[in-house]
Amino acid sequence: MKKIESGNVAAALGVKLAKVQVVAAYPITPQTPLTEKLSELIEGDELKAEYITVESEHSALAVCIGAASAGARAFTATSANGLLYMSEQVHWAAGARLPLVMCVVNRGVGAPWTVWNDHQDSISQRDAGWIQIYVNDHQEIIDTVIKAFRLAEAVSIPVMVCYDGYYLSHTYMPFDVPDEQKVDTFLPEYQYKHTLDPQNPENLNTVTMPFARPDRDGVTQPGYMDIRHNLHEELGTAIPVFEQIDAAYKEAFGRGGKPIMSDYRCEGADYIVVSMGSLANRIKDVVDELNDEGVKVGVLSLHLYRPFPREQIIAALENAKGVIVIEKALSYGNEGALFGDIKAALYPCEKRPFVHNYIIGLGGREIKQADLYDSIKASCTASENFEDVSRWIGLNR
Amino acid sequence: MNKQVTNPVNLTAEEFIYPGNRACSGCGLSTLYRIGLKALGRDSIFVVPPSCLTVMQGLYPIAATQIPSLNVTFASTAAAATGVRAALKARGKENIKVVAWAGDGGTSDIGIQSLSAAIERGEDFLYICYDNEAYMNTGVQRSGTTPRGAYTTNTPIKGKIQKNKDLPTIMAAHNPTYVATCSAAYPLDFHNKILKAISLKGMKYIHIHTPCPSGWGMEERLSITVGKMAVNAGLFDLYEVENGKKTLSGPSAKLLKRETLPRIDEYLKAQSRFRMLTEEHVTELQAEIDAKWEKYRQEMG
Repeated sequence: MKKIESGNVAAALGVKLAKVQVVAAYPITPQTPLTEKLSELIEGDELKAEYITVESEHSALAVCIGAASAGARAFTATSANGLLYMSEQVHWAAGARLPLVMCVVNRGVGAPWTVWNDHQDSISQRDAGWIQIYVNDHQEIIDTVIKAFRLAEAVSIPVMVCYDGYYLSHTYMPFDVPDEQKVDTFLPEYQYKHTLDPQNPENLNTVTMPFARPDRDGVTQPGYMDIRHNLHEELGTAIPVFEQIDAAYKEAFGRGGKPIMSDYRCEGADYIVVSMGSLANRIKDVVDELNDEGVKVGVLSLHLYRPFPREQIIAALENAKGVIVIEKALSYGNEGALFGDIKAALYPCEKRPFVHNYIIGLGGREIKQADLYDSIKASCTASENFEDVSRWIGLNR
Repeated sequence: MNKQVTNPVNLTAEEFIYPGNRACSGCGLSTLYRIGLKALGRDSIFVVPPSCLTVMQGLYPIAATQIPSLNVTFASTAAAATGVRAALKARGKENIKVVAWAGDGGTSDIGIQSLSAAIERGEDFLYICYDNEAYMNTGVQRSGTTPRGAYTTNTPIKGKIQKNKDLPTIMAAHNPTYVATCSAAYPLDFHNKILKAISLKGMKYIHIHTPCPSGWGMEERLSITVGKMAVNAGLFDLYEVENGKKTLSGPSAKLLKRETLPRIDEYLKAQSRFRMLTEEHVTELQAEIDAKWEKYRQEMG
């Protein structure tokens, strides 16, 4: 069924189709319309779920952690400072290997206060052990929310579905709402391997020693570092698993095929721009213009940011002359976060392309097509003396 | 409502905690936990933040408890218990009891926000706070319930300057279904109050005065004796609050008939943590206790 709705409503409809059993959320702009829609669906009995109106984001994720530990499919959503307030729980949920899904409606982080978009909130949580997926439009929001549950449950690792505040959350676009019965087949009810069950009591998330200890039967069980290594290794397996899930989704619903990253005019391109979220869509126009002028440049929209798809990144970029990373977040005191990751991935390549970095649109600072055009063109025509620093676009100076 | 009164004869012989747990010798919590589980039974799920109970329940992969337990972050106990309850409701397993069990720091300080919200939402679980009056698990630091004058490792020279937070009264002001106070020195009273709490729907809060020999500076064998002193001198009162009405219960109810109570000095002198308390403070504390009991006698006597 086609609908014209906001990105937040697209997310809520995805959550409804995923037959989530427990929702807990605390209001924060620009996430609120998503959770308001969920309240409406649950109060109106369109979605049979418990909605817990918590007093904080820390508690929102705590409720989801409790619910998933007791065997329910659970969902929350937040933005910016809300995500940071629950940061302890973000790490906890990954360590506890709970298959939660959370929408992060991307917003800049205070101080000073901003309610407008950038990616600093979710990027700051990249090392927590979650899977992070960045989407480009409303159709991808609803499809990815559904796929995210299947992915989270397949690998027992929580998934963040990140989409741009306002640019996607509050704009209206047409999208297709998948058929409910087909979603039920694609995403059946989940049976947890470990739950809080009085018939089979387990002490979950117990204090774990640095060393491996024997259990009561004398069998050696992992220590903390071994358990954390499992998380790291199994995050890696999420890449092929996500590809399989996306293929199954494409078979059922006819959409998908590029779950890790989508490329636009990258084939045979001399230069490739790498970006994430709605920004990657905007860059397509600039890429078209530059190609018209004879500059062979494409844009790669990275969807899966964690686990970082290193091999796919290398395959996509190693034959280019140059790579231009344009992003809405950075590791303060260093450089763009995505830029650093891309450079590291390309380091072992024999024919290593240059990598340039542009920081743009922080706290909703207007992103001008002309600025994008100038920056990309500057990199594509750069001499060897082009200084390898993160360049901030659109500063007021 | 449950009318059974527990005594050593009708108390179930079944144990739900294995021997050989990691509690310190003389630990008030270990008594409470053992007796508490007898009242709760196997059809329970525990939610536990960092506390002595975390350690007592065992280090991976060995557990002292036979009850499923979810270890959660410090501030999130009541929220995580809410999530467990919501999942059980969604899965049609509402008969299982959800029990959050935390210490005084985890309840009166870092956990009070999520607990306050859970009561306001009218959640359906039992929250138990064992109050040993400091952060014992991290090595005896002051908490919101540490009494005035007490030595802790971060009030090392002057003792705690401030008075303690009256947590059960704060919880009662939220109007949950049931609030009760208990003492580890009276475990059967605790057993009775748990039975009553789990017979009721909604939020139940039980606050237990819990002697801690290592943190209070007393001989292990005196744990129960000192706990009884606090109750019998009228310092820590055992009561229940239902529908906004406070009723003294168990040994505290008996004190109503007495005109005078033993002075608090004996309780204070039994613990080295109070060695810095001045005469003036003791006199002031005694006056507070006397005034409180005078009020009780007028209202309930």
